Amino acid sequence: MIDGFILHALAAGIGVAVITGFLGCFVVLRRMAYFGDSLAHSALLGIALGMLFGIDVTVGMVAVGFLFATFLFILQRRRLLATDTLLGILSHGALSTGLVAISLVNTPQLDLYSYLFGDILTVRLSDLMWIYGGGVVVIALIVLNWPSLVLMTIHEDLARAEGVRTLYTNILFIFLMTLVVAVSIRIVGILLITSMLIIPAATARQFVTLPETMVAGACLSGCAAVLVGMAGSLAFDTPTGPSIVMAASAIFALAFAGSFVVSRFRD
Amino acid sequence: MTFLIKAENISVVRNGKAILDSVSLDVRPGDFTTIVGPNGAGKTTLLKVLMGLINVDFGSVRRKPGLRVGYVPQRLAADESMPITVRRFLTLRKKAAPGDLERVVTETGIGALLGKSLHVLSGGELQRLLMARALLDDPDVLILDEPAQNLDVAGQLALYRLIDNVYSERRLAVVMVSHDLHLVMSSTRHVVCLYHHISCRGTPHTITRDPAFKSVFGEDMARLMAVYTHAAGEDHFCETHDHTRHEHSHEGDGS
Repeated sequence: MIDGFILHALAAGIGVAVITGFLGCFVVLRRMAYFGDSLAHSALLGIALGMLFGIDVTVGMVAVGFLFATFLFILQRRRLLATDTLLGILSHGALSTGLVAISLVNTPQLDLYSYLFGDILTVRLSDLMWIYGGGVVVIALIVLNWPSLVLMTIHEDLARAEGVRTLYTNILFIFLMTLVVAVSIRIVGILLITSMLIIPAATARQFVTLPETMVAGACLSGCAAVLVGMAGSLAFDTPTGPSIVMAASAIFALAFAGSFVVSRFRD
Repeated sequence: MTFLIKAENISVVRNGKAILDSVSLDVRPGDFTTIVGPNGAGKTTLLKVLMGLINVDFGSVRRKPGLRVGYVPQRLAADESMPITVRRFLTLRKKAAPGDLERVVTETGIGALLGKSLHVLSGGELQRLLMARALLDDPDVLILDEPAQNLDVAGQLALYRLIDNVYSERRLAVVMVSHDLHLVMSSTRHVVCLYHHISCRGTPHTITRDPAFKSVFGEDMARLMAVYTHAAGEDHFCETHDHTRHEHSHEGDGS
């Protein structure tokens, strides 16, 4: 008696868990969690602008996100303020502007709550196409640039000395983050998307010694969080996005306790 | 072509200050050049210019087409959050044949470390690993940026011995920045004394007697160094008089 909308939701959730698993490892390793959060906040402005100009809201989110990242990049070069300060300004500036813009657009079909916290149960076929189409692009680009990305994360100058085009790869990474945030927002929402990037990756980190297995672990624990979260959400009639993130956090806590116990026994 | 890298009159200006001020340096096959100088003298910048990581504002840098550079950075910040083993790190982006990998591993003595995580290595082990990685491509020139800076004395000695062995067995060129003047003096044939411009160059023996060296490192350091260099050769080229020239050029570009 599984309904179509649940299958859609499952497909969307699993897709997002795999994409965020791939990208999330680098977000964790390169300490870009706050950046991801800010990017997600800026997406609200993209949604408002998309509605205002009658273009696809996902396109709006990607466009605004990329502008946001470019703006941050320019500000960073001035070096007057620390990056987290700049991010704080840009992030909340974008979130507020987005909220104001949406109130001005004021279309009846807009459900602000679903953008803030996600609404996986109303996922449509077009959303699935965005998730899987975007996902293939994201994963293909990460796999192609894999050694460069890992080496840059370890030592950027070493990578450059060995011929990695770090500027190009950095821009590519920002673009991928923008894309992932945009396609994932339908699932867990603007306020929770960063958690899908960092919690499964952090869970996987407890058990691995290679970046490749960290990605695999992040994808697996992300999928587990989606399944557990959705089941819980259906059983207890709780909001799905927060339920998924709650499940991810619980899995992280279990993994953390588990690895702590294991390391105690090993010593 | 007799040079591997040829830097001519290069200047790098940041915020109106010349970090490098008309520096010329040739790297030829088989050279062992050590760059010395106080903190903030532009040594790392010079290395990065030689490798092409930083663009120069004036002057020109030419590299032999197809030049293979092995780079050993100052240190690898072994971040615990990055899960990676020594073996994976070595083979990342490198398509070395198994025989080459084995040779380099033996050469640098890291065989016992291959299965370990990067972040459990000691400072000396990390530097040997970086050496191994740099050597995997069979480079024409090895560029080292203060490779022994974070090591204790025994570790420093061991690392400089390794560099010496690699240099004499592989017949490659070495360009190294080092603060460990007393250790470098015994192995290098060519010392370049850098303080934004090249104030002095020559063999270790002669350079410590140079007034320009004394003006940068101080009388005491020069006297101390002279003790270590009793066995060195004689060829020496000094640009002591250049100080006046550089004063002029400062006025010339209005800085």
